[in-house]
Amino acid sequence: MDTLILSRIQFGANISFHILFPTITIALGWVLLFFKLRFNATGEQKWMDAYMFWVKIFALSFAMGVVSGITMSFQFGTNWPGFMETVGNVAGPLLAYEVMTAFFLEAVFLGIMLFGASRVKPWVHTLATFLVAFGTTMSTFWIIVLNSWMHTPQGYELRDGVVFATDWLAIIFNPSMPYRLVHMLLASGLTVAFLIAGISALRLLWGDRAESVKTTLRFGIITGAALIPLQILAGDFHGLNTLEHQPAKVAAMEGNWETGPNVPLLLFAVPDEEARENNFEVGIPNGASLILTHELDGVVPGLNDFVAEDGTELHPPVAPVFYSFRIMVGTGMAMLALSWAGLYLLRRYGAGDMPTLPLYGFAAMSFSGWIATLAGWYTTEIGRQPWLVQGVLSTKDAVSDVPAGMVLGTLLGYLAIYAALTFAYIAVITYLARKASRGEPLSSRRYPRSGEAEVAVMHPGE
Amino acid sequence: MELFGDPAIWLPWTFAALMGLSILIYVILDGFDLGVGLLMPLAEETEKDRLVASIGPFWDANETWLVLAIGLLLVAFPPAHGIILTALYFPVFVMLVGLILRGVSFEFRAKAPITQKPRWNAAFFVGSLMASMSQGFMLGMYVMGLTWTVSHIAFALLTAVFLTVGYSFIGAAWLIAKTDGILQRRAVGWARGGIWGLILGIGAISLATPFVSPRIFDKWFSLPEFLYLSPMPILSLALVAYLWWQIRHLPRADDRMAWGPFAAAMALFALAFAGMAYSFYPYVVPEQITIYDAAAAPESLFIILLGTLFVLPAILGYTVLSYYIFRGKATELRYD
Repeated sequence: MDTLILSRIQFGANISFHILFPTITIALGWVLLFFKLRFNATGEQKWMDAYMFWVKIFALSFAMGVVSGITMSFQFGTNWPGFMETVGNVAGPLLAYEVMTAFFLEAVFLGIMLFGASRVKPWVHTLATFLVAFGTTMSTFWIIVLNSWMHTPQGYELRDGVVFATDWLAIIFNPSMPYRLVHMLLASGLTVAFLIAGISALRLLWGDRAESVKTTLRFGIITGAALIPLQILAGDFHGLNTLEHQPAKVAAMEGNWETGPNVPLLLFAVPDEEARENNFEVGIPNGASLILTHELDGVVPGLNDFVAEDGTELHPPVAPVFYSFRIMVGTGMAMLALSWAGLYLLRRYGAGDMPTLPLYGFAAMSFSGWIATLAGWYTTEIGRQPWLVQGVLSTKDAVSDVPAGMVLGTLLGYLAIYAALTFAYIAVITYLARKASRGEPLSSRRYPRSGEAEVAVMHPGE
Repeated sequence: MELFGDPAIWLPWTFAALMGLSILIYVILDGFDLGVGLLMPLAEETEKDRLVASIGPFWDANETWLVLAIGLLLVAFPPAHGIILTALYFPVFVMLVGLILRGVSFEFRAKAPITQKPRWNAAFFVGSLMASMSQGFMLGMYVMGLTWTVSHIAFALLTAVFLTVGYSFIGAAWLIAKTDGILQRRAVGWARGGIWGLILGIGAISLATPFVSPRIFDKWFSLPEFLYLSPMPILSLALVAYLWWQIRHLPRADDRMAWGPFAAAMALFALAFAGMAYSFYPYVVPEQITIYDAAAAPESLFIILLGTLFVLPAILGYTVLSYYIFRGKATELRYD
């Protein structure tokens, strides 16, 4: 394997590991703010218990996200120097704004959010919680702007092979940005909804009868059931946008080789890139045409349109895009089925008396958001190949000339650490859930509501 | 040069200054919390929570200065970013792994089952060590012009050790200020044990830098520059003397001057950094590429600068707020 493919795997591994944690913290920050505001409004202890439990998982996820994110900023230089050299004039300011408007905000107020409750007034603590949630969302905005610009670049001009920005509004509001941003924010919401529902279900299965667990189960199911139809809709819009701007990607997602009307929606197939055809096709007639053009005989682009005269492929590798897309959609459908069934069961039995089987279902789906998110990102990012920036810079032109052995060695190092940390992360979350299920207190501190005078409770050493 | 005359001149200069400031703030702030991590194995089991508590609310924001510094290098001087980071590929890897281990250990040691705590404490130390050593190594390689020869690597290994010990010193100075009782007395002892790293580190860099290139030699040792610059080494020596004297006499009964060593260490780091900046200016890749050659397009830099003017004061403001909220002696850290 050469430096190019190894560098791609390494960047893919780093960013895959990284995205797991922001996907949780983006939405969980807002969920924590919601729990806190509910407590402020009602004074019910269950909301504070929910906050206390989930803020621990938030802190852990945040730390994982921060350290894996630092890796990303260095990898632009260590592995992809051509990226910044060519499009640095656009990517640079966007990354700078992310660091300045989001990272510091999150990092500083996280300290106050996690450790400051006993040192600041309740409203300051609520404000800190808000600013952390706001910061994570700002960070999402800027990085999605940059990522979307790499898919649908505009507002620039090329001078001597280097990109110069000409219109910042066009760069920021590039055609795919709104779709991608909404799709990602909803993905984060769904990931957190299913994580909360899943861990709450697990605690109920372990015999935890706490009010807060029933509340969070209800919260997770209702949020998941509400967001998944929106996500399916947003995904459809995003697909139409991709069809307009990156038809080769859509052709790979659909596994469609020849441009034409009445293209079936393939539920399953084994794409054969050598023979340029699919084996074992199972499809719904006219399905892809209907979804992509909203007409049964709509024309869907085929991969064979994206081959140069000399036989060079100008479309992405088909199999990974084709399969990832199906994994994402399949996971989404499972989420739809489970959360809506959950809604019905909530009405029928209530959160406390839910039958065991659906609880196992939710527990099993705790990390389903991760699978869908990763599969979705693989679809869109592998689907961008062979371009790094669509039509502007190809991936192979941006890679560094570091020896392949060095890239391989460090890649193995990263993979080992990421595997160990992912394992430890999931283990600690389940450990925290088990500990809480045994009724061990989450905090000995009495939480004052906003506006309530804080009762001075002194702790040893405080 | 007319001030603000040519944006291709003053914009790169401004960004080099901003980047330098970020690196300096990073080295001081993450320096002390990496240093505390390095001191972990020396502390008693019962003291470890307080060590971590003294840096818990700060470390994340401290590390963000590194992201800003590398971000400014990336956005303002894209070709330099590529050259420097590919030349330092392996030490960067070691540093990143170190920072990952360290950052997650903060959370894991507090949340994992109690039996696993020693393991995460160890990871915390190893991570801090990897990050400090690799940063010192990269500093040495940078001074030597980023070329991998045996003598350069040997020098870089030396600076790796010195910077690591230097970090442990500033970490100990932080603990002197943020703790009391037995732990504070032990921190004074650690500071006594670590001060040589600071002195030798700054000494080695100061002595080696002028001999790397005749250009730098002339910048220091020609008249009248030599006279203008003489306050820098003199002030550094005075600060070292002050530190030496302070750590002999701390802690005092009324906790007077507990912040002295940390403040002096900060000043010393700043002086050493200013000296290096003076030496290497105008080069961003030593003796190869100047900040003016490597700079991104002025219109892009201007967009960033515009944001920076509004955002940087806010960042500094809430950073100060955070240090103010968590002022005083560090107590047991509570996640609530």
